[in-house]
Amino acid sequence: MSQLIVSPSPHLHGPESTSRIMTDVLIALAPACLASIYFYGLPVLLLLAVSVLGCVLFEFLILKYLMKSKAVFCGSSAAVTGVLLALNLPPAAPWWIAVIGAFVAIAIAKMSFGGLGQNIFNPALVGRVFLLVSFPVIMTTWTAPAGLFHNVDAFSGATPLSIINEGVKAGFPANEIIAAHDFTPAQMLFARTGGSIGEVSAIALLIGFIYLLVRKVIRPHITLSIWVTVAVMTGIFCLINPAQYSGPAFNLLTGGMLLGSIFMATDYVTSPMTVKGQIIFGFGIGVIAILIRYFGSYPEGVSFAILIMNCVTPLLNKLKPVGFGRK
Amino acid sequence: MITTIYVTVAALTVIGLLIAVVLYFVAKKFKVEEDERIDRIEAVLPGANCGGCGSAGCRDFAQRLVKAPEIGALFCPVGGNDVMKKVAEVLGQDAVEQAPKLAVVRCNGTCDNRQKTNYYDGVQSCKVKAALYTGDTGCKYGCLGCGDCVAACKFGAISMDPATGLPVVDESKCTGCGSCAATCPKGLIEMRSKGLKGRRVTVICVNKDKGAVARKACLAACIGCGKCEKVCQFGAIKVENNLAYIDWNLCKLCTKCVSECPTGAIHKFNFPAPKPVEQPVEQVENKEVLL
Amino acid sequence: MKKTFKIGGTHPKDSKLSSEIAIESFPPVPRVCISMAQHLGAPATPIVAKGDKVVVGQVIGEPAGFISGFVHSSVSGTVADVLPMADLAGNMVPHVVIDVEGDEWDPAIDRTDKIVTESSGTPEQLIAKIKAAGIVGMGGATFPTHVKLAPPKDKKAEYLILNGAECEPFVTADDRIMREKPVQIVIGARIMMRALSVEKCFIAIEENKPAAIAAMTKAAGSYVGIEVLKMKKKYPQGGEKQLIDAITSRQVPSGALPIDTGCVVQNVATALAVYEAVQKNKPLFERVMTVTGNCLQNRKNYKVRIGTPLKDILAAVGGAPVEGNMKYISGGPMMGKAIVNLDATTQKGSSCLLMLTEEETLRKPESNCIRCGKCAEACPMGLEPWLLNKLARVGDRYDDLEQNNIADCIECGCCLYTCPANIPLLDIIRVNKAEVMKIIRARQAK
Repeated sequence: MSQLIVSPSPHLHGPESTSRIMTDVLIALAPACLASIYFYGLPVLLLLAVSVLGCVLFEFLILKYLMKSKAVFCGSSAAVTGVLLALNLPPAAPWWIAVIGAFVAIAIAKMSFGGLGQNIFNPALVGRVFLLVSFPVIMTTWTAPAGLFHNVDAFSGATPLSIINEGVKAGFPANEIIAAHDFTPAQMLFARTGGSIGEVSAIALLIGFIYLLVRKVIRPHITLSIWVTVAVMTGIFCLINPAQYSGPAFNLLTGGMLLGSIFMATDYVTSPMTVKGQIIFGFGIGVIAILIRYFGSYPEGVSFAILIMNCVTPLLNKLKPVGFGRK
Repeated sequence: MITTIYVTVAALTVIGLLIAVVLYFVAKKFKVEEDERIDRIEAVLPGANCGGCGSAGCRDFAQRLVKAPEIGALFCPVGGNDVMKKVAEVLGQDAVEQAPKLAVVRCNGTCDNRQKTNYYDGVQSCKVKAALYTGDTGCKYGCLGCGDCVAACKFGAISMDPATGLPVVDESKCTGCGSCAATCPKGLIEMRSKGLKGRRVTVICVNKDKGAVARKACLAACIGCGKCEKVCQFGAIKVENNLAYIDWNLCKLCTKCVSECPTGAIHKFNFPAPKPVEQPVEQVENKEVLL
Repeated sequence: MKKTFKIGGTHPKDSKLSSEIAIESFPPVPRVCISMAQHLGAPATPIVAKGDKVVVGQVIGEPAGFISGFVHSSVSGTVADVLPMADLAGNMVPHVVIDVEGDEWDPAIDRTDKIVTESSGTPEQLIAKIKAAGIVGMGGATFPTHVKLAPPKDKKAEYLILNGAECEPFVTADDRIMREKPVQIVIGARIMMRALSVEKCFIAIEENKPAAIAAMTKAAGSYVGIEVLKMKKKYPQGGEKQLIDAITSRQVPSGALPIDTGCVVQNVATALAVYEAVQKNKPLFERVMTVTGNCLQNRKNYKVRIGTPLKDILAAVGGAPVEGNMKYISGGPMMGKAIVNLDATTQKGSSCLLMLTEEETLRKPESNCIRCGKCAEACPMGLEPWLLNKLARVGDRYDDLEQNNIADCIECGCCLYTCPANIPLLDIIRVNKAEVMKIIRARQAK
């Protein structure tokens, strides 16, 4: 017998769903993945596959068998973590690194906090940082982008950031190093930047950013706030002493800056919800990242910057939006 | 090397001692003066912070007890008479005994007895459902089945029976705090005395509709026919607004009404299983004495 | 420039399926049941008894308080009974049941089609006439119009805003009357302007109704001080506070009334009812109601008498459009009420009978909040629904809920509509808002 359905209003629901959002993020990550496969060859595909499978599997097993939770399993969310983790690995990393990273990302950084939506830190970044401190050699052995069907050559590479870091420490002026290595914005924008898998092509990341904006998955505030902060801060430092400090274009386009600011800092769960909070959040990431790059012993600081600002997110969420009629 | 260790240990010890001294004086200086009986009473209380006493937790209740000139009006339903006796000792007053209470769900609108007339698609919360409409069955008085009482119970004494869709109270766990009764938007749950040896006779229905309407909505509804009222020799049963109610203070547990009720809305609890239906009242009372 | 409100909002699919269907009079039914609680406030007191003969337009219920209203018979015939009956949510409300005999109207009512343009009377006389006609806000809130047209002495109305936004998907009743009776609506607006002694009236219509905008602009052209505004399509544009913000950039302060910004908002259907009451002596006993749904082939814009059983309307469009479970909604899909009882009857506020299939309306299982903040982005009141939901589910956090302005919620449903995790935000917020309001009122009473 047919019955009347009764519920409180509203009676319609919008097209949005968590899995749709996560699928959109995956689509936005696709150009970066394709670019990295194109430049680094098939080993990268293996890393991506292992990392994604690992994340999805760990999340499913923990959710169903360890937590015995009835919560809806969102595979695409775990897949996003997997892709981001893989994109943060060096191209020559062995496959088991991805498994360990996936386990740390999902089991420790995500599920131990209660699963989807409950984690404080970005899981992929926790995975990456765990690997970085546990396997420092593997995680900092860079290779030059060779091409799709070439073997990964584990001897030839160094990231632009590490070149600068080492060079400045050795007493060479930063601007001369940049000129000597031909790190022009155009070159870095289009391709073949050494470093983590996902950092190889800035343009591919930017395409993903535009896609996310068009699909209204993210708002631009966090990303732009990071970029503006980085540009202004490095601009000032560079003007003061170009020999010691690299400039804005270089800092924006190298290392994890784009990958981090577009895909990791904007993670819903670990970033603030209000515009005000998002701008402060982005500002904090920019400042910390540049401080680490300029003055820290690590050549790269975006991961740490995002993780540090993740801690501040609950505090930033205390910033209220301006209520209607409450000026 | 070894000197470093000595220096470190010595330095830490000195720092620790200094801080300890500072903390000691700070604690002395800023000590909040409080009636020490509050702590002693709180120690006696069950510590469930259920709010069954009407206070915002056990400490709050302890404060009220200390302030109150007479503790007669205050009662901890969870701890019961034992706890109140101890509380009274602390305060040097006499404890006022109260009969132990129990939550009784007065609805028997099981899936079989009460057909669903529409499909509820909102959040599973009785509060929300009750605010929206009269419910997904024909009976607008009965259990909504979303389990707000289960969530309200701090002692795990209530669970939903998946077969009937109704909440079940575990008598051994129920402390009589009354949170469930306060939560139920339909006011189905009655806090009543546990009864002698836990035996009770209760009308398991709160439907105030006219007989035909009530019966159409639910096979187990009280139709207000008044048969129970007539059969009761102790005047314990009153039918008002088409609904029978048994006053447990007057009920002598004769169970005559149970067999008289045409819809089976009157239930008896905790009576020995092999028991003739028609049993003279005197005999029951004798038995009580014997037991 | 197209105007719109500043904070939040969503864009549900338009679905104005019945906008090209002309208004049609609903055929007479054998029996009507007229509710005494068709307005906000105290239900009216029935003044007829079983066996009484009534004619169309005769008063059958008198107001039972300041915020209350007259109820008139929508048919002629014999009163069959006066009794409590279940309304569309199943709650018992006093109804007058009338067996229809013929169609005899109160002779005072002008039944001709002639448009009466000239009107006279002091504001008090006009408001008295509007009150006697039992007119209430016909957008759905059913607040008695005469109360709104008589603001407290210390507050001065500056603008009258006619709400033709009709931002709810599916509903086309206001669209149709604006197209078919623009002149009457404008005269109704003039009358209300006189009642309020205001010089300026805005008629706000969303951009998705170009024909209505054209018709209203033409009709308003001959009057000074009446301006038709094209609004951006955004839900909830038709919310009173949102509309005032959109047009005047004044925000009703939290806890205050719209009149505090000098604005009085009335629905276009109310303006039409005011015209008919003042110029034609016709009390409010019929209204235009959209019958629509994606699943329904035979969509209608009916002019229907108050008290017509919903199941008769359903039967007239061919019965349940599809097999299986259905949701019938009185009003639009965002703020309308789900109908539990099809024996319930139409009321002054029934703008739409909407039919949704299981696929369209069933809620998907709730998953974890991913803190995307889309609910806060969508909330037109600038609240944080995710936070309110969390606080509410902890229980007994009414102080915190109040501090987070739960009382400002207008229950528009944007948060639940947007939530990607399908969290029933509004369900939870609504009941907790009611609790907080109770606490606030108790405190004010002290």
